[in-house]
Amino acid sequence: MGMTMTQKILAAHAGLESVCAGQLIKARLDMVLGNDITSPVAINEFKKFGFSEVFDKNKISLVMDHFVPNKDIKAAEQTKQCRTFAKTFGIENYFDVGDMGIEHALLPEKGLVGPGDVIIGADSHTCTYGALGAFSTGVGSTDMAAGMATGEAWFKVPSAIKFNLTGKLSDNCSGKDVILYIIGKIGVDGALYKSMEFTGDGMHTLSMDDRLCMANMAIEAGAKNGIFEVDDITIKYYEERMTHPYTVFAADEDAEYDEVIDIDLSAIRPTVACPHLPENTKDASELTDIKIDQCVIGSCTNGRLSDMEIAAKILRGKHIAEGVRCIIIPATQSIYMECIKRGYIEIFINAGCAVSTPTCGPCLGGYMGILAADEVAIATTNRNFVGRMGHVTSKIYLSSPATAAASAIKGYICDPNEL
Amino acid sequence: MIAHGIVHKYGDNVDTDVIIPARYLNTANHKELASHCMEDIDKEFTSKVNVGDIMVGGANFGCGSSREHAPIAIKESGISVVIAETFARIFYRNAINIGLAILECPEASAKIDAGDDVEVDFDTGIITNHTKTEQYKAQPIPPFIQEIIAKGGLLASIK
Repeated sequence: MGMTMTQKILAAHAGLESVCAGQLIKARLDMVLGNDITSPVAINEFKKFGFSEVFDKNKISLVMDHFVPNKDIKAAEQTKQCRTFAKTFGIENYFDVGDMGIEHALLPEKGLVGPGDVIIGADSHTCTYGALGAFSTGVGSTDMAAGMATGEAWFKVPSAIKFNLTGKLSDNCSGKDVILYIIGKIGVDGALYKSMEFTGDGMHTLSMDDRLCMANMAIEAGAKNGIFEVDDITIKYYEERMTHPYTVFAADEDAEYDEVIDIDLSAIRPTVACPHLPENTKDASELTDIKIDQCVIGSCTNGRLSDMEIAAKILRGKHIAEGVRCIIIPATQSIYMECIKRGYIEIFINAGCAVSTPTCGPCLGGYMGILAADEVAIATTNRNFVGRMGHVTSKIYLSSPATAAASAIKGYICDPNEL
Repeated sequence: MIAHGIVHKYGDNVDTDVIIPARYLNTANHKELASHCMEDIDKEFTSKVNVGDIMVGGANFGCGSSREHAPIAIKESGISVVIAETFARIFYRNAINIGLAILECPEASAKIDAGDDVEVDFDTGIITNHTKTEQYKAQPIPPFIQEIIAKGGLLASIK
């Protein structure tokens, strides 16, 4: 029997001819990732068990992004612990204030993850790198510690759902609308323990930023990983920044899937996930009287250059509605720099928005945009759980950058095509 | 091994943000994390939980963030085992890796109520509800995972 794309990558990294769904394997790792929240727990475990070196100084990335620049003394202590660990163990890919970015925007941008890799990260959105045709999945801090020590991790080989994409996105729609639409269709546990494999003619029309955004939210459907077929767009993207050789894996013709779901991209409208689960989706045009207090455009889901470009196009020459606070966070230093060069930052500030250095900050209710009781936000982030961005009675609506920017101008949630 | 205690019951999709809100993730101190456990869905939890108590959830328990602080906070609160219809996969892995016992059992998840007096036999996977005089059978834990638990967690098993 044939293997899915994920199964083929896992088999190759386990040194096996073939694997099947449900099989427990030990796989070689190409990258182990942690951030300023999850790494301290891993470092404590790593030290407690007395490991004296890491498996490969080039294959560990520590990105200070969640509470960085440090939001308080405790956060500063955690970052200091990571900084010291990186220095002590000679970790090559350590990114701190000034050269950091949000991890899942930064690693692809730096060419640290590529097609055919196996990557684990102590952050649930590590599934983002599946956009490049890698097997990439989120784990906890103990798995990260074990990965740093041995360069291996155990996995139960997942089965898969195949998403066959057809058609082309319509105006003001992007990868975010597609993944919200899919989560709305299959639910927050619709792909539990499984791979989501994206393929089809429609897939090839999606930009790398669209793919990164979609793979990023595979976890919001409960998936183990999201993965895209490798095409010219992938190869071009990776070769422009590659740090190590890559291998292209493709699913076998006779691979077995739990389900095949056809998605017509042209039928997808600007989509919004209502509180308090990413599966509570509606067309933005159906939401007519949701007044917003805050808008956040950024995060590992939507803080990339094309997201900034979309926001700038909508906000150019406009001003956000009175009473709305709009926070825009380019995800990496180089995206930020490009936004300055292209004049986007000027557009944002003239429109009444606040622009920040890269940070995960508001997405997880850390800092830089916390909501008060009963406040309502529209955000291009990935989760709208109870209390995620602040007070437990606050509400978060998830959307694309186009919908968020248009809504900030109107003061109410709206379809960007209405502007 | 046996766990025996009073049940704290929650619904479907209990996410790691409500188990331990991110605003408290500026520490890795177990006791401090436990002092905020379940705060955003059950303010009373930390004051009513006793050592040995059992947590029961619905489908997709532990969804969301990969923060290991979530199972750590639950374990440090004194919870002896979490029973759910299904677990989100990262939470499932993390719980095993840090030695928090978890069992998948749709029947127990559906029938057990808050406050029930429940006993779990890990060797047989039998869950006994003394309050309702019912028994449920949990999914057996795969041998590979039992081995990690027996060796005292993931790092102990590879060291």
